[in-house]
Amino acid sequence: MVRVLIPSGALGLDYDSEALQRGIAAKPDIIAIDGGSTDSGPSYLGRGISKYARSSTKIEWAGLMQARAEADCPLVIGTAGTCGTDSAVDWMLDITREIAAEQGRPVKVAVLRSSQEPEQIAADFDAARVTPLPNAPDIDANLIASCSNIVALAGAEQITEALNTGADVVIAGRTTDTAIIAALPLQKGCHPGGAWHGAKIGECGALCATNPQSGVILIDFDTEGFTVTPLADGAHATPHTVSAHMLYENSDPFILYEPGGHLDVTNAHYRALDETSVRVIGSMWVPSEQYTVKLEGARGAGFQTVLMALLREEHYVANAHIWAEDIVEKCSAKARDRLDVTSDDFTIEIRLIGKTASFGSLETKHVIPTEVGAIGIVTAKTECLSGEIAKLLNPYMLHHPLTLEEEVPTFAFLFSPAEMPRGEIYEFVLNHVLHLENPMDAFTLEVHNLA
Amino acid sequence: MPKLGDVAQKVRSKNAGPFWLTVDIFCGDKNAYKCVVEGFSTLQVARIFRAEPQLIKRFDIPDLNVVKFSLPRPKTQGASADRDIHGASWAALLTEAEIGTTETRSKK
Repeated sequence: MVRVLIPSGALGLDYDSEALQRGIAAKPDIIAIDGGSTDSGPSYLGRGISKYARSSTKIEWAGLMQARAEADCPLVIGTAGTCGTDSAVDWMLDITREIAAEQGRPVKVAVLRSSQEPEQIAADFDAARVTPLPNAPDIDANLIASCSNIVALAGAEQITEALNTGADVVIAGRTTDTAIIAALPLQKGCHPGGAWHGAKIGECGALCATNPQSGVILIDFDTEGFTVTPLADGAHATPHTVSAHMLYENSDPFILYEPGGHLDVTNAHYRALDETSVRVIGSMWVPSEQYTVKLEGARGAGFQTVLMALLREEHYVANAHIWAEDIVEKCSAKARDRLDVTSDDFTIEIRLIGKTASFGSLETKHVIPTEVGAIGIVTAKTECLSGEIAKLLNPYMLHHPLTLEEEVPTFAFLFSPAEMPRGEIYEFVLNHVLHLENPMDAFTLEVHNLA
Repeated sequence: MPKLGDVAQKVRSKNAGPFWLTVDIFCGDKNAYKCVVEGFSTLQVARIFRAEPQLIKRFDIPDLNVVKFSLPRPKTQGASADRDIHGASWAALLTEAEIGTTETRSKK
């Protein structure tokens, strides 16, 4: 049997310290925690940074390093620093080094790197070693080469390599959410379907149970399946909460693709052992003929500046769309006229909060609100141009009248200056897999002895 | 006609990666599940999101009283035209959509 302690769905989301103590007392074989995902958008991958505060990350990671020492087992983090790039891994390693010094305890750290050279992936694309997944964007080698960061998602094989170094702590770059949990049970000969299924159930911490905010869960893997137990007071796993978790952020609730194969839970059986624990058997692992790892990539998509204005006067609230469309047209023309640019160099958009900001033309509910928030969004090829066009947009959003006959209106600006630079924005460009001869081909492993 | 939100216990939408959106309709009980399975079509979802019907994956899951739809994201997550990075607000469009129950359909 392999016992995996999962403190929470992600480092940075906090965990219940009492429940963690219960987990340590249960003598886990490994503590595994996820450090990120794509869910916060392309900017973190594009820039190679964490979305969580360094202070929170350090406090929570220090608690887990202490727990690891008490439980005398390895601690592994996957997708370190939200995006799992080399820069995010280095950030995490730096935090780990500080904590090791502060706790006065030597730590052997294995670092698994997942960053890819965009030029290399472009070459792999041309050599047909990069193939698209469903609804992948149409891309070419040049576009791949223009990515600021590309990562490959490591699976259980690469995590196992890192654990085999005998490290106390594994800091992994981008991995699948499940790999860090499934790796040790797989290596120790537990049921493969059960290992991946249990990992999927556990990857969000206590989200698979009642009281989902409590975080800490324990999963026991064996030769037939797994048993999941939430550890916080008042948290219960039931066959319903556990099986329903397969729906979460999955496009297919029965099939989950991983490096080297896929999990099929169509015939999984969920049984309550008591009020808190659920036993699952019957999940199936189907190995694939080719070994592939998923790629994620982001590239710069221009520079953005935003402005906000509030419309409160009834006449303008009712006609906000006409007002916004007229501004976009007139301001775009002025930008082309005064700045020696073409329509390809910039876009101006105004979104109306209170009207259609959520769904645009897909909105089905149309009512006249009390007030409307107008967000002007300027996206341009350079930071300078973005700021300049935002300044052209400023007087329109402050004073633009619906008709020439009426007195010049003045709308409410929330801030001075009104223009808020958002810097470079990024976009996801890869929904593809990379074919590998050997699982470690796209990854590197190094060991650091921190004193 | 009742709305999906009147019949189902909860409708949830989330990203399933940057390129897919997934919607889970938790019906709550067998009656509501039957009502949703029979009265809420994949074509309706396609119309609401202006998506290609053949690209929409549908899962009717009686064990959980859940109907799940997965579809290509209306805009790629975080692209400049995207309006909701986490994809959670899209559920409201379905919650407010009218649902044709078996009774109302048989009256037509």
